[in-house]
Amino acid sequence: MRSLSILGLLLISLNSHAAPLSPPAQRGEAFFHQRFAVNDKMPACTACHTDNPLKPGQHAITGKTIQPLAVSANGERFSDPAKVEKWFGRNCKEVVGRACTADEKADFVAYMREVR
Amino acid sequence: MKSLALLALLAVSLPSLADRMPLPADTPASYKSECGSCHLAYPPALLAKKDWARTLSSLDRHFGSDATLDPKAQQEIGRFLERSAGDANKLGSAGEPPRISQTARFIRKHDEIPARYWRDPRVKSAANCEACHRGAADGRYSEHDIAIPELRR
Repeated sequence: MRSLSILGLLLISLNSHAAPLSPPAQRGEAFFHQRFAVNDKMPACTACHTDNPLKPGQHAITGKTIQPLAVSANGERFSDPAKVEKWFGRNCKEVVGRACTADEKADFVAYMREVR
Repeated sequence: MKSLALLALLAVSLPSLADRMPLPADTPASYKSECGSCHLAYPPALLAKKDWARTLSSLDRHFGSDATLDPKAQQEIGRFLERSAGDANKLGSAGEPPRISQTARFIRKHDEIPARYWRDPRVKSAANCEACHRGAADGRYSEHDIAIPELRR
């Protein structure tokens, strides 16, 4: 009986911590939450995309709904390289205040692919 | 009698026609993707030709964002807006920089909306047509189909 409940606990904990993020994805997660404070209305990625990339966001100025960034919530994400580069180009300049590096972009995409 | 019925039918259908503003059939894909990501791809008839031209010539400073287009998209979208723009006389001045929400037509159509609704977090901005006009993406702007129940007619 005791071993059964331990097994149950193990299963629950496995489920809630499903697949820990890889180191690149962890860096991507930190970047996603980082406050750059370059832009008053968009101090961080989360200003439009919310703290949870699994949820839809809202454009900080226009109010338009933004579909989730996480691939598990939105299968379209990161499927069109030209679109990905376009939005990194615009949003990095606007929010980070400079172009993002290739590593930053790779980490960001890793996080969005892995987060569940 | 028949003509009277026809007239009545016309009177009933006219206001609803004005509430239908689907994107023209020849709308280039670039307009929908480039001008429909941060805000709705607005019906081109809501701004006059000269105001669209002013908007397109200052995309590097587009309401606080750099919305610069590549030359091909810029040309394609410019031509589209030029041929599909609205009647300047009916729209009235759009201000500087031109805003659809500053045209006399827009103001007249929304004059009954209290200021607090514009500030509602669900609305956020007059740019957010879809917050109230839930069919806006398909060109439906009827005042009978408003997403926020308190504002429905």
